Amino acid sequence: MAERVQLRVNGKSVEVTPGTVVAAAIAMAGESKFRRSVSGMPRGPLCGMGLCMECRVTINGLSQCRSCQTLCEPGMEVLTDD
Amino acid sequence: MTEPRSRFDIVVVGAGPAGLAAACAAAEKGKRVAVVDDAPSPGGQIWKGEQSRLSIPQAQKWIERFRRSGATLLDRTAVIAAPEPGVLLAEHPEGAREIEWSKLIIATGARELFLPFPGWTLPGVMGPGGLQALVKGGWPIAGKRVVICGTGPLLLAVADGLKKQGATIAMIAEQAPMSRVAGFGFKTLRHPGKLVQGMGIFARLRGVPYRCGVWPVQANGGEQVNSVTLADGSNQWTEKCDLLACGFHLVPNVELPLAMGCELAGGCVRVDANQLTTVPDVYCSGEPTGIGGVDCALTEGQIAGYSAAGSDDQAAALSNERAGWHAFRLAMSNAFALREELKSLANPETTFCRCEDVAFGRVKAASGWREAKLLTRCGMGACQGRTCGAAAKFILGWGMESVRPPLLPARVGNLTRTNR
Ligand SMILES: Cc1cc2nc3c(=O)[nH]c(=O)nc-3n(C[C@H](O)[C@H](O)[C@H](O)COP(=O)(O)OP(=O)(O)OC[C@H]3O[C@@H](n4cnc5c(N)ncnc54)[C@H](O)[C@@H]3O)c2cc1C
Ligand code: FES
Repeated sequence: MAERVQLRVNGKSVEVTPGTVVAAAIAMAGESKFRRSVSGMPRGPLCGMGLCMECRVTINGLSQCRSCQTLCEPGMEVLTDD
Repeated sequence: MTEPRSRFDIVVVGAGPAGLAAACAAAEKGKRVAVVDDAPSPGGQIWKGEQSRLSIPQAQKWIERFRRSGATLLDRTAVIAAPEPGVLLAEHPEGAREIEWSKLIIATGARELFLPFPGWTLPGVMGPGGLQALVKGGWPIAGKRVVICGTGPLLLAVADGLKKQGATIAMIAEQAPMSRVAGFGFKTLRHPGKLVQGMGIFARLRGVPYRCGVWPVQANGGEQVNSVTLADGSNQWTEKCDLLACGFHLVPNVELPLAMGCELAGGCVRVDANQLTTVPDVYCSGEPTGIGGVDCALTEGQIAGYSAAGSDDQAAALSNERAGWHAFRLAMSNAFALREELKSLANPETTFCRCEDVAFGRVKAASGWREAKLLTRCGMGACQGRTCGAAAKFILGWGMESVRPPLLPARVGNLTRTNR
């Protein structure tokens, strides 16, 4: 387990083991609200399997990425609550 | 790197237990087999991440057998449409994929059923299986206080998994009455494998309150859940929690079979003794044919794989084994049948469609699913009704008549190719 992956969540640096999903890195960064609903309610992951779309965040500038289905990669820039 | 266009004798959609078993059976018979899955690694829901974790012997055995079988894995590839007979359109991070098949085996598994109640949209309220999957993906759970509620054996499996990772399970609240759950426990005696698994779990869960006949009525918190109000029909009380795991068992993923024209019976794909659907050359195995668990999925998968590869005798040899799992499947669905009270948890103001923020009162006022979609946009958002459609079926008795592509959420560029 020597290998570590470094990424940033809302500018905060997070270090994870390979195989960690972006949603988990967001939780490690202490964020609970992943996005806002169409009427502004805070939301976070629900299904954990890529279907509900509640865990969408911006990854490397690409919006609407499902953080529960995306693995962390070195240097990733993740933005929540966009 | 996969090719934009490829062709195989047999294409399996889903790399869970059912899909892996089907692929092994067919590839070992010398067929050119591909398994397509949206996820980055094989294993489906129950064995998520097992290829690197090596903790479940049964998973190791099957993943290893799959590696040696010669079947190709097309991972991170979501099937989004079936544009013409013999062709699937899929989406990969590097672009669209067209996959041609002579025989197709659908093993798309199931998802959790979520029912709306006040506060269910708060961050920190998740499906038990969903939370388990996220924890397998590294979600920090150690030291967290979790209430697990809803229904089904999955609640116990998840409690066990989370506890092992250092979570405190404040309570498991099962909506089914004790009399039914106990009856189910007795029936599983006829399935020794399940029993051992069940006993192991129960021993490890010693000290965790397991209450039957209890269900959630409200999740509380401002920007995040901090407690849940539970009810047992005569009393209501509140339990503190950092996370609330709530799910009402599983519903089959039947979007692809529906798009292919396969007939359903009771919400599940209709299959014959060979796991063949009502559409020629299209087979189906595992949860889409009925919620039966991992062992049922493995047996049905092998039967489909052997049949598709033309080895009907090997398929037939597994039919007794399958009958046993089907008895287990029936016992499970009776034991964990949903109580009527769950239909009235949502208030008129409770969010029903989470993608479009449509309140339950507005949805209920519609005459049916189609009208609700047209008038309120319920089920028209990003998840395409995956969440609220299943809830509407249980609470309002509305069925979804048909599905439109994409079958999974797709990027716009690839979608233009689905309508030709
Ligand atoms: C979230 C969740 C967690 C669970 N956790 C447990 C557990 O911890 N213990 C337990 O005993 N049971 C668990 N279950 C139940 C378990 O899923 C089943 O018992 C068993 O895995 C069924 O196997 P399967 O092969 O039928 O389906 P699955 O294992 O669900 O496999 C289906 C596969 O199909 C893929 N798929 C679906 N649609 C598409 C598409 N259009 N394109 C590409 N790929 C697609 C999915 O990504 C998935 O990998 C869980 C279920 C869910 C929904
Ligand atoms: S949590 Fe449902 S799609 Fe990610």
